[in-house]
Amino acid sequence: MALQSILATDCGSTTTKAILIELVNGEYRLRFRGEAPTTVEAPFEDVTRGVLNAVMEVEELSNRTLLDGDQIITPQQGDKGVDIYVSTSSAGGGLQMMVAGVVKSMSGESAERAALGAGSIVMDVLASNDGRKPHEKITRIRQLRPDMILLSGGIDGGTIKHVVELAEILKAANPQPRLGSDYKLPVIYAGNNKASDEIKKTLGKQMDLTLVENIRPVLERENLNPSRDEIHDLFMDHVMQQAPGYKKLMTWTDAPIMPTPGAVGSLIEMIAAKEDITVVGVDIGGATTDIFSVFQGQFNRTVSANLGMSYSICNVLAEATLENVLRWVPFEIDEKELTNRIGNKMIRPTTVPQSMEELKIEQAIAREALRLSFIQHKSFAVNLKGVQKERTISDAFEQSESGLSLVDMMDLDLLVGSGGVLSHAPRREQSTRMLIDAFQPEGITQLAVDSIFMMPQLGVLANIDQKELAESARKAALEVFNKDCLIRLGTCIAPVGNAKPGALMLTAELTMADGSNQQVELHQGQLLSIPADYEAIKAALRPAKGLDIGAGKSEEITTKIYGGVVGLVFDGRGRPFNLPVEKDKRIEDLTAWSNAMNEYPLESAA
Amino acid sequence: MAHAYTPGLKVLQRTTVDKERRLPLKGEVLVEAGKTVAPDDIVARTHLPGNVQMVNIANLLNIDAQDIAEVMLVKIGSKIKEGELLAETKGLFGFFKSSAASPVDGVLESISDVTGQVVLREAPIPVEIDAYMNGKVASVLEEEGVVVTANAVFIQGIFGIGGENRGELRVLVDNRDDELTPEMITVDVKGAVIVGGSFISLEAYKKAINVGAAAVVAGGFNYHDLEDVLGYTLGVAITGSEDLGTSLILTEGYGRIPMGNRSFELLQQHNGKFTSVNGATQIRAGVIRPEIVIPLTADDSMGSESDKDTASGISAGSLVRVIRAPYFGDIGTVVSLPSELQQMESETMVRVAEVEIGGETLVIPRANLEMVETT
Repeated sequence: MALQSILATDCGSTTTKAILIELVNGEYRLRFRGEAPTTVEAPFEDVTRGVLNAVMEVEELSNRTLLDGDQIITPQQGDKGVDIYVSTSSAGGGLQMMVAGVVKSMSGESAERAALGAGSIVMDVLASNDGRKPHEKITRIRQLRPDMILLSGGIDGGTIKHVVELAEILKAANPQPRLGSDYKLPVIYAGNNKASDEIKKTLGKQMDLTLVENIRPVLERENLNPSRDEIHDLFMDHVMQQAPGYKKLMTWTDAPIMPTPGAVGSLIEMIAAKEDITVVGVDIGGATTDIFSVFQGQFNRTVSANLGMSYSICNVLAEATLENVLRWVPFEIDEKELTNRIGNKMIRPTTVPQSMEELKIEQAIAREALRLSFIQHKSFAVNLKGVQKERTISDAFEQSESGLSLVDMMDLDLLVGSGGVLSHAPRREQSTRMLIDAFQPEGITQLAVDSIFMMPQLGVLANIDQKELAESARKAALEVFNKDCLIRLGTCIAPVGNAKPGALMLTAELTMADGSNQQVELHQGQLLSIPADYEAIKAALRPAKGLDIGAGKSEEITTKIYGGVVGLVFDGRGRPFNLPVEKDKRIEDLTAWSNAMNEYPLESAA
Repeated sequence: MAHAYTPGLKVLQRTTVDKERRLPLKGEVLVEAGKTVAPDDIVARTHLPGNVQMVNIANLLNIDAQDIAEVMLVKIGSKIKEGELLAETKGLFGFFKSSAASPVDGVLESISDVTGQVVLREAPIPVEIDAYMNGKVASVLEEEGVVVTANAVFIQGIFGIGGENRGELRVLVDNRDDELTPEMITVDVKGAVIVGGSFISLEAYKKAINVGAAAVVAGGFNYHDLEDVLGYTLGVAITGSEDLGTSLILTEGYGRIPMGNRSFELLQQHNGKFTSVNGATQIRAGVIRPEIVIPLTADDSMGSESDKDTASGISAGSLVRVIRAPYFGDIGTVVSLPSELQQMESETMVRVAEVEIGGETLVIPRANLEMVETT
């Protein structure tokens, strides 16, 4: 069936976004979008209210009737209603998990990775060797009252004593679930298969126990997928059901509701596969920041559960420190005043920056939230798709370093930003700067943003399973993605290494698409922006001695690069890049970089 | 007519407040439906399972875990005293025996021949739930608790710390924009719920804790100072379990912000009444805001029932409060709600409201407005 119209919403923890896609002259295009605050708060306490408000905004803008009272009209009848309605949601707040493993740095770490990959907050990692006495562990479990526990430990066929000991501790603690006193606490066992019977005997009666394949069947192999799938199922069954109005929303949609990170991730994967490139994608939301990457054909995803721009904005401040946030603020501000403003954003999460000063503060915090989330991603990057990841025995003893090898900034082709603060930045130059400052891409890297934050909706559309809808929905997702969603910002060219202030770092000869030539000289400490459309530009890049632009130290590269709505950004601030410590110099540099990029109106950049 | 949905906090001069008083585990309900209760009355009780101690007998006696049954002197379910022998090896010809004693008073709960551990459980921990406020038992939740109901003044704050508390309401300032200073807080406010206007400093709040005030209600507090009070940086607004003695409820937010006129007037009007408060806040799905409940007595004049349905949202003529800089805290009247997106100073394109504040019409993002209930 060729769909004529599609309505899709994403219920974020702060804002609910609705988009209307229509088939126009044989191709699918985004026609209108609307948004409204997510209504999990009193007086509404019903997520569907925010959906209806966002849809009403689309109605107002499109002059098209989509609602009949409090119902979305499906399928389309004449010029009323839409053929299908789909939605993603992250309004459940969060899944709070506790994980347990025998050895903290082995099965404990694997369990943590599985839980993080599935989108949960890991409250604590229990391990036989974590140095705590049994009664201390029991007290801790009781205090935390997790939503779910993932228990792992031991290789298949190995000794069962330690993992059974952990089960005995769980049994003795007998924690009550945080939500609802009537159901049993879900426990997933993903450890030594030889211990399954003992685990059932120990926990079977008291807990809602599910057995899945071992997370570490042998020491050098990790198998996260079965645990992650099970966590995801239990999350949808237990935790998402607690979001007010969610049950009702499920009856409205024509396809299962997807969790927002899952939908965005599938779209990122699609980009990487389609263009055969390495990708890092980020979705920064109100409560969490998700990072996705595809390196060496492997898809990875992490969720930084408490790094976000509203509900958890104060946690960004706590983890990044005030000093690190302040280093990005290009004016002087009283520290107390700044922390109060950030605190007020946390307790009134749906407000938006009205003044330029407020915007700059939010974008400063965003840089830190992105930077910290990326650090977490790099240390947890594993094969989350569950293709078994091979490790050598020597790697197995140094797991905290594992995964790092996958994320290689010099190898990165495309960095895609999504989420309110990046997609809704008033100027694309601001999104470009936030991405460059936070991720510090090396060599040649293309940058893009989700134009108006619709990757979640397109992701769920691309994943519709129903046969009669799938083909048309996937076509719609791809067409809208290419034409309306992804905004190519341009390319960042950043030599790796450092030089003395003002020294020449790179020369470039550019042959633009129209055949004209441009010469660029990049000096240390400089940020240069050269307007260029999203067209192939022939570039000969010559780094100064000791610097690397991708081919090795001092090696020249001749390649094709692409501009975009911002153009080419030459970053001569060095890698690693550090801001000046001295305040006046820092503000002077920040202002100069902003002006070079046309990031903010000139008069308020000082 | 154009309208918009905005979240608002409840400030109600007379409403029915229903409080669910639920045990963490099933237990015994001590009151019947219809009974009049006082805040300190115990309405339900239960016992939480006692603390657990684990003793690894196999390790202590240097035996295999599977042989544990042979050395145990105590059976599952038996009571045991601290120091009493749990297990003993036979030794060699009755000599060189090894033994393990119980570290606590309790009951032997389990013996594992896989791990060689025994689990000892201490005596159950009693848990009692009180009625929280003056009112009547509206219904009984079998084995779990009750719902207490009262006609009351009900005011929600924006953020709080510390859990439930109660005491006499004492408004210590004359105006809603007055700061609650340390000098105003004297020993005679011990056990009282004290009210300030725009701000309370860390020093003043600490004094309130020292004199034993039940709770402090004020417009604002410095976010920065929370760390000093809590001992950690508050990253997400999930509170309520802090053991502070004196709960803190902010009606407006962080910084110096005059308390909402209506909240302040209501608190002044009921100065001296017995008040129950809860500082617990959770700004996430299933949001919880801190609350002030002042149960009304038969002597209180009947006001109009005012649990107004705010679901109708704001429209022209609505009274609203700005909840973000640069007009944070200002109250005005909505003039119109244009449907087109408009550009702010930040260059952000947003849906706006035109709001008259102090004789001037200002354009403010709708998302930065909060409805002020007027009845």
